Amino acid sequence: MKVSSRTAQRVAKILIWASALLVIVILLAIVIFILIKGVPEISWQFLTEIPRNMGRDGGISSTIVGTLLVTAVAVIIATPFGVGTAFYLTEYTREGKITRIIRFSAESLSGIPSIVYGLFGFIFFVMYLRLGWSILSGGLTLAVMILPTIIRTSEEAIRTVSYQYREVSFSLGGTKWQTITRAVFPSAIRGIAVGVILGIGRCVAETAAVILTAGSALRMPGSIFSPTRTMAEHFYILAREGISMEKAYGTAALLIILIFIINVVANMLVNRFVAKGR
Amino acid sequence: MIQQSKIAINNLNFYYQKKQVIRDFSLEIPGNEILAVFGPANSGTTTLLRTLNRLCDLIPGTHMDGEILLDGKNIFAPDISVTELRRKVGMVFDVPTPLPMSIFDNIAYGPRLGGTKTKASLAEGVERALCMAALWDEVKDRLHTPAMRLSGGQQQRLCIARVLALEPEVILLDRPCSALDPVSTAKIEESLKQLKEQFTIIIAPHNVQQAGRIADRVAFMLMGSLIEQGATAEVFENPQDKRTSDYITGRFG
Amino acid sequence: MKINKEKISGIVFLLIALSALSVLALITIFIFIKGVPIINKVGFFNFVFGMVWDPSHGAYGIFPMIIGSVSVTLGAAILGVPVAICCSIFLSEFAPAALSNIVRPAIQLLAAIPSVVYGFWGLLFVVPAIRIYLGGPGLSILAGSIILAIMILPTIISIAEVSLLSLPRQYKEGAYALGLTQWQTIRSVLLPAAKSGIVAAIILGIGRAIGETMAVIMVLGNAVAIPQSVLDPARTLTTNIGIEMGYASGEHQQALFATGIVLLVIVMILNAFAQYVTRRK
Repeated sequence: MKVSSRTAQRVAKILIWASALLVIVILLAIVIFILIKGVPEISWQFLTEIPRNMGRDGGISSTIVGTLLVTAVAVIIATPFGVGTAFYLTEYTREGKITRIIRFSAESLSGIPSIVYGLFGFIFFVMYLRLGWSILSGGLTLAVMILPTIIRTSEEAIRTVSYQYREVSFSLGGTKWQTITRAVFPSAIRGIAVGVILGIGRCVAETAAVILTAGSALRMPGSIFSPTRTMAEHFYILAREGISMEKAYGTAALLIILIFIINVVANMLVNRFVAKGR
Repeated sequence: MIQQSKIAINNLNFYYQKKQVIRDFSLEIPGNEILAVFGPANSGTTTLLRTLNRLCDLIPGTHMDGEILLDGKNIFAPDISVTELRRKVGMVFDVPTPLPMSIFDNIAYGPRLGGTKTKASLAEGVERALCMAALWDEVKDRLHTPAMRLSGGQQQRLCIARVLALEPEVILLDRPCSALDPVSTAKIEESLKQLKEQFTIIIAPHNVQQAGRIADRVAFMLMGSLIEQGATAEVFENPQDKRTSDYITGRFG
Repeated sequence: MKINKEKISGIVFLLIALSALSVLALITIFIFIKGVPIINKVGFFNFVFGMVWDPSHGAYGIFPMIIGSVSVTLGAAILGVPVAICCSIFLSEFAPAALSNIVRPAIQLLAAIPSVVYGFWGLLFVVPAIRIYLGGPGLSILAGSIILAIMILPTIISIAEVSLLSLPRQYKEGAYALGLTQWQTIRSVLLPAAKSGIVAAIILGIGRAIGETMAVIMVLGNAVAIPQSVLDPARTLTTNIGIEMGYASGEHQQALFATGIVLLVIVMILNAFAQYVTRRK
């Protein structure tokens, strides 16, 4: 039975539009459900009190702080190394075996499952370096996890900085260091920022790597050597153990709102980056 | 009295990997003149300009022999500071490339690289450079707005001012008006004619007519070799080599 | 003085780049050090193909977990790849700009939802639905496949869409000039031309699916037995680690690291394959 090309076109069009609709519906189903159930939970107490009774009562303030601290450690460590490596790759080396090895390593690193990062973090930071379950261990592990993303997006951003800016800077008597810091970096900074922000988003959402390295303490952390629990972890534990569905929804809703904001900021930067770039 | 040439190029050969781009090129360039080096595409004019300020160093896989003397000193000597050289020999490129910053910061970029820091001296230098480039009146009350917002012609004059801010001795221009309309082109040509009193100007024009309009001397390059050179009027009216007259009259291009 | 600054900055950047790379080496080394002893003790084939996983009795065969991972991932691919490809075609060919400006951020948001939230949602909706309409405990490979399919959509869609968009305009124009319909053009000209990018997208999606832990833990059930049908519960390599790492010690812990080695190897192979495919273009 030969299907006419017009029928095929019509069927294909319907299926394709349907698939897009399906994706939207799924997104809305998940997000709206969590928000509807969770937003009513979010109150001033929810944000400022620490969990009591294993999380059945009280709020989630310590987890919010834990999330922020672990993410901050990760970003503060990963960004200089990631951006520095990207600069090394684009400005100080020529395409050759070394750069290909470096790039392959970065690509491979980005595909490693987060649970394997958790394993590594546990054995290296928690045990071997004796940092114990702590914000530091968790932050270092996450730093390693987001490093490849930052390297890749930074490299992309630096590469797209017009070669002409570099030529101009050199022709005006600039040294390599001056050209990088005064001409290339300011032009690339927006693209680099996008990578860093995406890394932040990953840290906030991460659970598997954090559970094995940051611990799951509910107290407000005293220092970066204290154990802590992130919001994602908290949500997982609350939901899995059935401790408190309402608090779980609230935590999830807050998480989603936070990640949504992070994404919006990244998008705004990207749009202005693309519009301005040459 | 024989004056020492500002720039003397002696037997320059330039290779890009296996390919020879400049062949046994020798030329004396007197100071305070406009020299136009012209020829069809890929004749080596762009490469030649980039050897004069050693921008060719940036391209991997190149090597050369011969020497280029600036005021009698070989610019490829090991004790020469390349950054110093590039401040003395400035370059304006074929596409206007304002850096993504304000007009002021663009002009001040070079001096800042050299260590000038005080606001007063920077401001003074910026104003002087913009006046010399005939751009001051048009931008003086928006110095801190982005340079990208200027028109193409204004941007190119900005690039000239950027070079002038370093108080160079030689200005190289690589097809500076190729992306500009005739009015902007005329403005720039006018500025160049005035600037030659203080600087030595070497221009690779994008067409022969420009050489005719502003150059005191011309040099015709074909496939990396110097075919003919001399005073503009002489070469254009009485070309010694057939290839020169063929190119000028448009028999090939 | 200035030359020194140049040299120093060059060396500093080199050190930074090297330390970033040594991280990869470090991860591989540590996981291997911890995991290889148990593989040596039990024997490679016994470990990888052993059917019984019972740490309390010293049995460390991960084959049930391998089956679990493979079937969940395969299911996710079967469910997710068609939808993802259709969506990428939608974004590159059918969607007016206004609509794609809504759909594309929506897909990015889908990618940003934490995996634990996916798992939870699956637990609340997908698992009971399967239990009611298809039978079985609901916690099943099918549930895992559905959730994973949703999770890998953004990965595949974004890369496939880029591949389609980067095709030269002449391909489409040439096809239309020959009188092909839009669908015929897509099917016989654009998709084949973008094949390497699309295949790379799928491989990366599969890599993501294999590596996923938290979402799968919540909907897969926990059975260490070899699943007989898609309605059976199972364990994957990742969930095995995730569930037992908290209380494992000694040999048991080593076996979990060895599982990590297997995961690492699988992902590296997938990645190398993806890179090979994109390079061949």
